[in-house]
Amino acid sequence: MEILIAVGILGGLGLIFGLVLAAASKVFYVETDPRLDRLNECLPGANCGGCGYAGCSAYAEAVLKGEAPVGKCASGGNEAAQAMAQIMGIKAETVTRRVALVRCSGEKTYDKDGNLVSGARVKAEYEGFKDCLAASKVGGNGPLSCKFGCIGFGTCVKACKYDAIHIVNGVAKVNEDRCVGCLACAAVCPRKLIVPVEPDRNVVIACASLAKGAVTTRGCTTGCIGCGLCKKICPRDAITVERNLAVIDYSKCDNCALCATVCPKHLIKDSKVETLKDPVVEPLNGPKI
Amino acid sequence: MNEYVTSLLGILLSALLTENFILVKFYGICPFMGVSKKIDTALGMGMAVTFVMAIASAACYAVDTLILQPLNLGYMQTVAFILVIASIVQVVEMFLKKTVPALYKALGIFLPLITTNCAVLGVALVNVQKGYDFLRSVVNGAAGGLGFTLAIVLFASVRERVNKADCPESFKGFPIALISAGLLALAFMGFSGLKIF
Repeated sequence: MEILIAVGILGGLGLIFGLVLAAASKVFYVETDPRLDRLNECLPGANCGGCGYAGCSAYAEAVLKGEAPVGKCASGGNEAAQAMAQIMGIKAETVTRRVALVRCSGEKTYDKDGNLVSGARVKAEYEGFKDCLAASKVGGNGPLSCKFGCIGFGTCVKACKYDAIHIVNGVAKVNEDRCVGCLACAAVCPRKLIVPVEPDRNVVIACASLAKGAVTTRGCTTGCIGCGLCKKICPRDAITVERNLAVIDYSKCDNCALCATVCPKHLIKDSKVETLKDPVVEPLNGPKI
Repeated sequence: MNEYVTSLLGILLSALLTENFILVKFYGICPFMGVSKKIDTALGMGMAVTFVMAIASAACYAVDTLILQPLNLGYMQTVAFILVIASIVQVVEMFLKKTVPALYKALGIFLPLITTNCAVLGVALVNVQKGYDFLRSVVNGAAGGLGFTLAIVLFASVRERVNKADCPESFKGFPIALISAGLLALAFMGFSGLKIF
C-alpha cells in the first residue's frame, strides 16, 4: 500500500509539473520573427566579434531591428551582405573584402655569429610572460629598440579564431587566404600595428615608425625614415609623408608599385603573404629584462 | 527575534566561507571546472546558480513540508527534489525569456545547464537534514550560490593567470587547473575554525 502512495505522489507531482510546464510554454510563448533564423543562416557563426556585436546572433538581431546595416560581417563578405539584404528587402552596397595587415617589416635575420643582418634590433632579451602587452610595459617600451615595431609574442595569434596570423622571424604575418578581416588581432595589439587593407592591393607600407629617420635607423634596418622618395616618384600624388612615415591614399593609388622600386628600405611591398621561412633561432646575448 | 537574525547571519557566513559548497563540500565541481576559463562567463554561471539555488530551496522546502513529510515519504526526497528543481528551472527560463529578456540573455545557456547541478540538489537536501525553516532555507540557498560565485570567480581569475604562465608541458591545461583548484580548496579550509553560532 505504502509503495502505491509513493508512486502515486511522485506520479502526481510529475503530472502536475508537466501540466504547469505545458501551460507555461503557452503563456510565456515568445514570438520570434522567422526572418531571424534566416539571417542567422547567412552568417558564418564564428562569433568573431568583427561587426562590433557580441556574436553572430546579436548582429542578426540588430539587423532585424534595423539598428545595424547589412554589410558589417567581414567574414561573410559580399555574399552575406547581399543575402541578408534580400531577406530584409533592402538594397546592400557591395562590400569589399578586407584583410589585416601588420605594419612592421622588422623580420630579424642573423648571421652565424649572431649579428643582426636585417630587421629590428633587440635591445634586451625579455623573459617574462609571453604576451605583447606585458612585454611592451617593461624596459622602456619593450624588448625592441624600435618602440613602434612588432614585439612578436603572438598576442594576435591567440586572438585569431581563423588561424590566419602567425609569427615569422619575430614579426606577425597574416595569411590572406584565411583572414576574414574581423580585426580581432588589431584590437589586442598593444602597438596598434594592424590595419585593414584590400587584399588585391599591391602596395602597402609595412612600417609604423613615427620616429625621426636617425632614430628609426638605429633600431631597425627596414624602418620608414620618411625620406619621401616614394612621394616624389608617385605619378598620382597618392603618397604623403606624415610625422616621418609614408602614408598611401588608396583612393588615388592605382597599384603601379613604382614607390616599391625606389624605397631604400624595401618596406613598401606586395601585401600578399611571403612564403613562410624557417624561423631563425635568435642568439642569446645581450642584457635581459 | 535577535537570535533568529544572528542564526541567519551564521547560515550566510558558513555557506559563503566555512562550508563553501564547492571548495569545502565539493558539490558542483563540473561547472566549477567547466565554466571557469573566463571571469565573465564564470560570473554569469555564478549568478545563474545563485538564482536557481534560492528558488530551488524555497520550492523544495514547500514540497517537503507540505507533501512528503505528512505522508512519511522522506525517503523520496532525492527523486522528488530533482523533479521539482528541473521543472522550476524550466518555468523560470520561460518566464524570464518572456518578461526579462535582458536577464535571460545574461544567464543564457547557464540556466538549463544547472538544472541537474549537484550543488542545487545538495542545498535542498542539506536544508532538510539541518531542519531549516523556510527563511533559513532560502538564505542558505542564496548564500550557497554566492559562495559558489565567489569560488568560481576566484578560480577563473587564477586560471586566467595560470594559462599565461610558463608551466611544464605535461601540466598544461587540465592538470594544472586541478592542482590550482586543490590549492584554492586548501586555502578555504583555513576558514573552518571560524565559528559564529
